[in-house]
Amino acid sequence: MTPQQKIFSVIVSVAVFLFIIELVRRRNLKEEYSWLWIFTGFIMIIFTVWYDLLVFVTHMIGAIAPTTTLFIFSILFLLALNIHFSTVISKLTNQVKNLSQEIALLNAGRDGDKK
Amino acid sequence: MGSNTLIIIPAFNEEKNIGTVIESIKKYLPAQILVVNDGSGDKTEEIAKANGAWVANHPFNLGYGVALQTGFKYAIRSGYEYACTIDGDGQHDPSHIRDLLKVVESGDADVVVGSRFMMGDYNAPFFRKIGMRIFGTLASVFIRQKITDPTSGYQALNRKVLLFCSGDRYPVDYPDADVIIMLHRSGFRIMEIPVRMHPSSKNKSMHGGLKPLYYVFKMFFSIFLTLLRKEKY
Repeated sequence: MTPQQKIFSVIVSVAVFLFIIELVRRRNLKEEYSWLWIFTGFIMIIFTVWYDLLVFVTHMIGAIAPTTTLFIFSILFLLALNIHFSTVISKLTNQVKNLSQEIALLNAGRDGDKK
Repeated sequence: MGSNTLIIIPAFNEEKNIGTVIESIKKYLPAQILVVNDGSGDKTEEIAKANGAWVANHPFNLGYGVALQTGFKYAIRSGYEYACTIDGDGQHDPSHIRDLLKVVESGDADVVVGSRFMMGDYNAPFFRKIGMRIFGTLASVFIRQKITDPTSGYQALNRKVLLFCSGDRYPVDYPDADVIIMLHRSGFRIMEIPVRMHPSSKNKSMHGGLKPLYYVFKMFFSIFLTLLRKEKY
């Protein structure tokens, strides 16, 4: 890794990490949903600072260039995040359904009482 | 028969048919009628009320399965022993309501499905017919009992089934053959009786586009998952 690459990636990963912490601090991001991001920011920092670890992981997974390892892991992370979102959306959809049914039932009940 | 029975009509933009449907049901059975208005943009609610039905209004359109389930929840909370579901578009001939209810009330079955094919005079569009045949066969194989019309929304159910279907396990998007299999695996007894149905002016579950494809995928997947789940309900 050239010094420019190293400086760039350290800046990017620290910025991402701080940005997420700031979002959670301002309560724009719930702690519940921030852990995956914080985890990734942390891994990014580790990989850039500890270059030998990146090389080791690269050998482990059979990749040739360490940048490939970074790309693979970023794609895997995005995949995990999307699946996580899908589960959250499913849960929300179910809650919205149940709430809407509650509203319908409450009003229907009042209707029935009048009769 | 009647006082402990709730008639559930899921309806979405049915101002043209809902009045006639309610009136003709009343001719056959003096039971309370609940119209689940699934976010209609027309006068479905007013017409249903004017005809003496109770109305549960969804704040927006949630789909046929959710509307049915809202009806089930209402029946459970209001203490009804039986419910009969009938479509709001006039497709289901209300003259069979008593036949359906008679079977659940006798205790011979927990769910009674009105089958349009046992009469032998119903003609569905070609692809729809193939779909019904495939899923009917699948359901028949898995529950070891002949099912001819798994898509029928003309059903009578007892309180045990209502309670089950009010829960989160009920698949609210396109409840169909998978529900029949799920109910069977949960130990409920299912029976089909012949009913007359009129060809529908519109297709409730599939409005064209990619929905039929999704429906086929969903049904296969849902049946597969139902069989994978070991839990006894």
